[in-house]
Amino acid sequence: MEKIGKVASENGVVIFSKSTCCLCYAVQILFRDLGVQPLVHEIDHDPEGKDIEKALMRMGCSGPVPAVYIGGKLVGSTNEVMSLHLSGSLVQLLRPYQQTNLSSHD
Amino acid sequence: MNSTTTQFVPSRRMGLYEPVHQMSMWGDFRNTLLDSSPPPELMLEVNANLDNQSEDTTSHGTFAASHRNDQEASKPDDKVLRRLAQNREAARKSRLRKKAYVQQLENSKLRLIQLEQELNRVRQQGLCVGGGIDTSQLAYTGNSNPGISAFELEYGHWVEEQNRQISDLKNALHSDMGDTELQIFVDGGMQHYFELFSMKVMAARADVFYIMSGMWKTSAERFFLWIGGFRPSELVKQVLSPHLDALSEQQRLDIVNLTQSCQQAEDALSQGMEKLQFILAQAIADGLLREGNYLPQIGAAMNKLDDLVRFVVQADHLRQETLQQLSRILTTRQAARGLLALGEYLQRLRALSSCWSSRPREQA
Repeated sequence: MEKIGKVASENGVVIFSKSTCCLCYAVQILFRDLGVQPLVHEIDHDPEGKDIEKALMRMGCSGPVPAVYIGGKLVGSTNEVMSLHLSGSLVQLLRPYQQTNLSSHD
Repeated sequence: MNSTTTQFVPSRRMGLYEPVHQMSMWGDFRNTLLDSSPPPELMLEVNANLDNQSEDTTSHGTFAASHRNDQEASKPDDKVLRRLAQNREAARKSRLRKKAYVQQLENSKLRLIQLEQELNRVRQQGLCVGGGIDTSQLAYTGNSNPGISAFELEYGHWVEEQNRQISDLKNALHSDMGDTELQIFVDGGMQHYFELFSMKVMAARADVFYIMSGMWKTSAERFFLWIGGFRPSELVKQVLSPHLDALSEQQRLDIVNLTQSCQQAEDALSQGMEKLQFILAQAIADGLLREGNYLPQIGAAMNKLDDLVRFVVQADHLRQETLQQLSRILTTRQAARGLLALGEYLQRLRALSSCWSSRPREQA
């Protein structure tokens, strides 16, 4: 779907979300923690929201939100994000887009 | 014959009271039921009976007397007759009220018995689920949700299998078994945990609150509950790391990174959960003290609970991913020791729960 592609390619890190989705909020928090400010595109406030939702589901996002795009490519939903993060790959993918200092953890 | 009080319909036309009268009577009686004192009318009935008797004898006497003194006693006769009729009517009404009162007592007794049985059933169920899962008497569930009953049954089997695997692993590690053979035990152990996560996902769809409360776990396990299970970073830090020996520098680094990533993921999920709690509370609290029923608020809250299921699924996914990452970082032997350490840790928690629940208590 063109709108998804457009939004994804114009912004480094995009999270397709819904304003009521708390799992989407959790993914946002994680990205913020990693020093990235993702663009959060709330599809329930988008007039084309229903079409976006259908397109995301066709692409395999069962949520359908959150759907995460990094560098214009679909990374996946929460499962994929978590797996990538535990394996250390997520930080590498996000490195070009890190803006703020990483917060320290014990 | 007319009675002066027109409260009741003459009994010739119907059995007892009209239902409306019965309902209002029950309302009155329910309030006095706890006193278990009979209604005042009952007292009156006793007196009325006594009065009736004395009246009857006197009236008989008067009647006989008036019969003899035919002409001059007609006026008192009417009065007496009227009074007799009134007394009979009052007595009849008393008897009816007494009958109704006894009937209501009987109903209350039945209701009490029902409630007592229900209470015992719930108590038993609570005891069984709370502390006794590690015994094989888990066949009794008493849970009305078939998805949950099935889960409890399966979990009982899971624990039994877990105990078998732990002792097998112990023996394997103490033997001079090679890595290839040992890997089979490791794979089996990992798979066993993954099966538990699948079971929990299905149970979460049946009743997410059950999973969130850790109802199938023993009490000590529940103390460490995080989104329906153990907190993976804590497991790595407390249970596994201290007992992994001969770690290479790379392994040490990998485990530190894994622990940190795990914690970050947990924090993100925890904050998401807080937001969900906030939204749920908001939905339920909307429009308190307003006219009308609360069905819209309950409906709104129900929709939000789907999100809760997603969180439980995500937390279990995190647990599974952590275990998988560990198995990639560690050697076969290290992984076997790690699984054994985890298994023994959970066994000890269950033992703590049993010990705690059976500790001697002060007699009141």
